[in-house]
Amino acid sequence: MTKQHAGPRLEPGAAAEQQRARRRSAYPYTLYLPAAVVYLVIFLVPTVMAFYFALTRWTLFDSTFVGLDNFRDFLSEQNLRIGFVNTLFYAVVTSGLKVVCGLLLGVLLTSKLRLRGFLRSVVFFPVLVSTVAVGITFSALLRPDTGLVNKALALVGVDGPDWLGDANTALLSVALVDVWKGVGIATVIYIAGILSIPRDYYQAVAVDGGGAWHRFRHVTLPLSWPATYSVVILSFIGGLRSFDLIWTMTRGGPGFTSDTIASIIYKQYQAGFFGLSTAGNVLLFIVVTAIVVPLNYVLGKRQVAA
Amino acid sequence: MRVLRRFGGEAIALVLAAVIFLVPFALMLLTAVKDQAQAIDLDFAWPTEWPVVRNLVDVVEARDFVLLRAYVNSTLVTVASVALIVVFASMAAFVLQRRAGRLGSVANFLVLSGLIIPPAIVPTIWLLQALGLFKTMPGLVLIEVAFNLAYAVLLFRAFIAAIPRELDEAAMIDGCTGLSLFFRVVFPLLRPVTITVILTSSVAVFNDFVNPLYFTPGDDNATVQVTLYNFQSQYNTQWNLLFMDIVLITIPPLLLFIFFNRKIVAGMTAGAIKG
Repeated sequence: MTKQHAGPRLEPGAAAEQQRARRRSAYPYTLYLPAAVVYLVIFLVPTVMAFYFALTRWTLFDSTFVGLDNFRDFLSEQNLRIGFVNTLFYAVVTSGLKVVCGLLLGVLLTSKLRLRGFLRSVVFFPVLVSTVAVGITFSALLRPDTGLVNKALALVGVDGPDWLGDANTALLSVALVDVWKGVGIATVIYIAGILSIPRDYYQAVAVDGGGAWHRFRHVTLPLSWPATYSVVILSFIGGLRSFDLIWTMTRGGPGFTSDTIASIIYKQYQAGFFGLSTAGNVLLFIVVTAIVVPLNYVLGKRQVAA
Repeated sequence: MRVLRRFGGEAIALVLAAVIFLVPFALMLLTAVKDQAQAIDLDFAWPTEWPVVRNLVDVVEARDFVLLRAYVNSTLVTVASVALIVVFASMAAFVLQRRAGRLGSVANFLVLSGLIIPPAIVPTIWLLQALGLFKTMPGLVLIEVAFNLAYAVLLFRAFIAAIPRELDEAAMIDGCTGLSLFFRVVFPLLRPVTITVILTSSVAVFNDFVNPLYFTPGDDNATVQVTLYNFQSQYNTQWNLLFMDIVLITIPPLLLFIFFNRKIVAGMTAGAIKG
């Protein structure tokens, strides 16, 4: 397309200047303004201020500088330190299972199944249900004597544990419920990824006489890598920050055994230790960036290579 | 034989998915319509009595109609924040996509940060208090807008990239620039992605539990999620009412899902893959 300039001819420099002026008037920075104000004031200012308040003993009205005391408390007290281990465990378990289950469901739901549409809806719907509602419902299903899960296990002769009341299983149970609720997103991402794989590859495998396993191992698995990348990053971010489900199902209990950094932040806030709570926020910030940014880099690189 | 095997595999997959994904919903519905004595079993026995209306009235009247107020609050917060998110995010995404430059890269970086960084809770409370917005509905709306902007900008930006610049130029020749170019020419074209953003962010805001818990404590400004959470400790003997509440809270997303299934799924996958 050619551009027609009306009016007298301009010097080259002047033309560039005019171009810039036009861009300024067509796409003015004022369009940024409302979003920028809300985002900067409500989100960015507190995020930056957190780095200062984390170093203080703080009552919202006045703050005394105490250096790194809050961080020392966080890392030395057993009840607080457990949050780190749990947060990592939770994020790794949920994202690992979401990748595996999401991929399997994705393959299943792109095959020539007759009730495909119905199954897709059924798997996806929990994503839209409130986390609190899911937490309460599963707390009922996981009750030690009367819960459905243990009744079903009793039918096959297994004596199920007190899922949420036992320190060994509490966090794992919550993580599994998280997978139940979130696997729908992973599945639809995998479905989109699998459907974008050109049919030719599958035909090539068929010509070479390869079976279903071959199709999966050498075509679907490597070529759905972009989907895996998205699922891992999304569920890691979600898993490291997760709070609502843990809080509705166990409140960090029994004791402190299923506390994550996010639930410790809430507990310290409730107890009035605002500086300590904010230090938890800063630590969560560091953990999330220290994991997600390199992960994003490594996975992104692999994506280009694949 | 092959047909039989495929049919068998299909049946197994169907039964498994039904058991795993539908059983929790069955428990919700069954318990919600039982009477108190039977609901306490939390099992799958067929209801002997059907006090559906009674349960409904009881849960609505509980604690001086707190649920009704919570429903009004949740609706207001959702509508207001989603409206602001749509307008603010689409405007920002338009300039972000069209005008590269140093400010553009800063904005891009901020969008990505917004997706990753966990909000700092107590400093935000401190700030809201300084602005006089702590424990108020406008405060909660601003919080929801700030925390959900980044994802909406991402969706809008991807869509705007597919709108040819020639269109902007044609409009500019007709004398449309800046705000009027955006609102009269570009924004109407964004309808499909606007619907997607409305759907995904209204689900996110309506289902949000953490932010109302922190930023609007107390019964006056409670949202439905917080009331449900409070009912949990209050109704540990009245499971029928608790689950009736859950059913009531699950209805709005269910309706959205029935009517806009494809749009919602498309929005969630598009954002994920392009992000």
